[in-house]
Amino acid sequence: MPVSTIQSTPLENLHVRLGARMVPFAGWNMPVQYTSIMDEHAAVRGATGIFDISHMGQFLVSGPGALEWLNKMLANNVAKLGDGQGQYSFLLNEAGGVIDDLIVYRTGDSDFFLVVNASMIDEDFAWMAKHQPADVELRNESALWAGMAVQGPDSAAAFAKACPGQTLPPRNGIVRFPVEGGDAVVCRTGYTGEDGFEFFCPAEKGEAWFEKFIESGAKACGLGARDTLRLEMCYPLNGSDLSPERTPIEAGLGFFVDLEKGDFIGRDTLAKQKADGPAQKLVALEYTDKGAPPRSHYPLEDAAGNVISELSSGVLSPSLGKGIAMAYVPAALSKLGTELFVDVRGRKFPAKVVKKPFYKPAAAKA
Amino acid sequence: MNVPQNLRYNSSHEWVLLEGDIATVGISDHAQEELTDVVFVELPPVGKSVDVGDPTAVVESVKAASDIYAPVSGEVVEVNNEVEANPALVNTDPYGKGWIFKLKLKNPAQVEALLDASGYEALIG
Repeated sequence: MPVSTIQSTPLENLHVRLGARMVPFAGWNMPVQYTSIMDEHAAVRGATGIFDISHMGQFLVSGPGALEWLNKMLANNVAKLGDGQGQYSFLLNEAGGVIDDLIVYRTGDSDFFLVVNASMIDEDFAWMAKHQPADVELRNESALWAGMAVQGPDSAAAFAKACPGQTLPPRNGIVRFPVEGGDAVVCRTGYTGEDGFEFFCPAEKGEAWFEKFIESGAKACGLGARDTLRLEMCYPLNGSDLSPERTPIEAGLGFFVDLEKGDFIGRDTLAKQKADGPAQKLVALEYTDKGAPPRSHYPLEDAAGNVISELSSGVLSPSLGKGIAMAYVPAALSKLGTELFVDVRGRKFPAKVVKKPFYKPAAAKA
Repeated sequence: MNVPQNLRYNSSHEWVLLEGDIATVGISDHAQEELTDVVFVELPPVGKSVDVGDPTAVVESVKAASDIYAPVSGEVVEVNNEVEANPALVNTDPYGKGWIFKLKLKNPAQVEALLDASGYEALIG
């Protein structure tokens, strides 16, 4: 997306007032940090943080054919969703490559709410519209909603303070209730591994709600912490860890693909990869010692010094105090314990293939 | 913002303390605040010869790696191994324990080309 078309979320002025450092991300002017990435990361792991996710897209799908059609468009099985439930899924191309990863919620018999990546709103919508049958309505409501993710072990307490009388949905669930100026949509999900929810409200009410959650105990957090938090959980970032050239099977996300539900776009490739085993796999790599932080695109070498891949993501994990990264490697080098080397400006730092995720949040430990 | 009077500054935010023909180099308080949490410092090898403007060390925050440029030409005669072990010193004591490397000057006149404290204050103001 050209820089000249950089977009602003409804919360942009508030971020600037809160002292955020703003950067362009996926075509949007977004806060990368307010105080420090380390502080913001720690707030989410230990208490509660709040992120602007207004840049993400919301699609509404409805009509008599909605369920059947979505099951052809998406890799996971939408029919498994009861009213008020959501699931992680993929929009795939004909070759099984990932166009986008998203969450689809069922909000009625034939009504669905999709939350898609900011950078992919136009492409996703065009792809879906191209395949849209007559008995399905598809609406892009991305511009109507402000969104914020409230994440951390104290997030439920923040919700109770900010929304007295309302109840959070269960994990992966969705609820809708009236607020000033329209409706709020609350989804019990997130991108940090901690308990939390995503809160969508009318765009013009976004600032007031963001401030209300801050008053209820959430610390404003930027994209920097969002990236360290999600990578500690091995949650993929589309455009880095996922791409049209990679399938969910290669990415190790086969759990979110249902090959038994009937045909869907991209199924043939996925079924073949599942049966034969993928030639390459996305692995989690953890430095064995301290070292220069790994970053995306750094070369990855085998023990003999051959460049075998490049990092799709990498960061110094604030929770572990070590470099962590993900990369697609040949299946033979994907076994746990395999030692590989990250090339940082010519210096080689040893890293081992480890089990995903890198970090187990308090919620999961309990 | 702390800008000590006795130091000279580069527009790329390094400071220089001149003692005889030895220049101690670090990054300014302003620079460490912009970078925030420094998590890694890559030091040059002692004995390396650098020209003014050469990338000589690397300071990394969580988000990005930033080159530290030689403010003057010279030979690296000492490096601060303490910041390698404890990179946060660059944040907590940028003009003291957070120094990065020392250069033996090739051409002392180059120091005169650097900003003085008021010039640097104007730059970051």
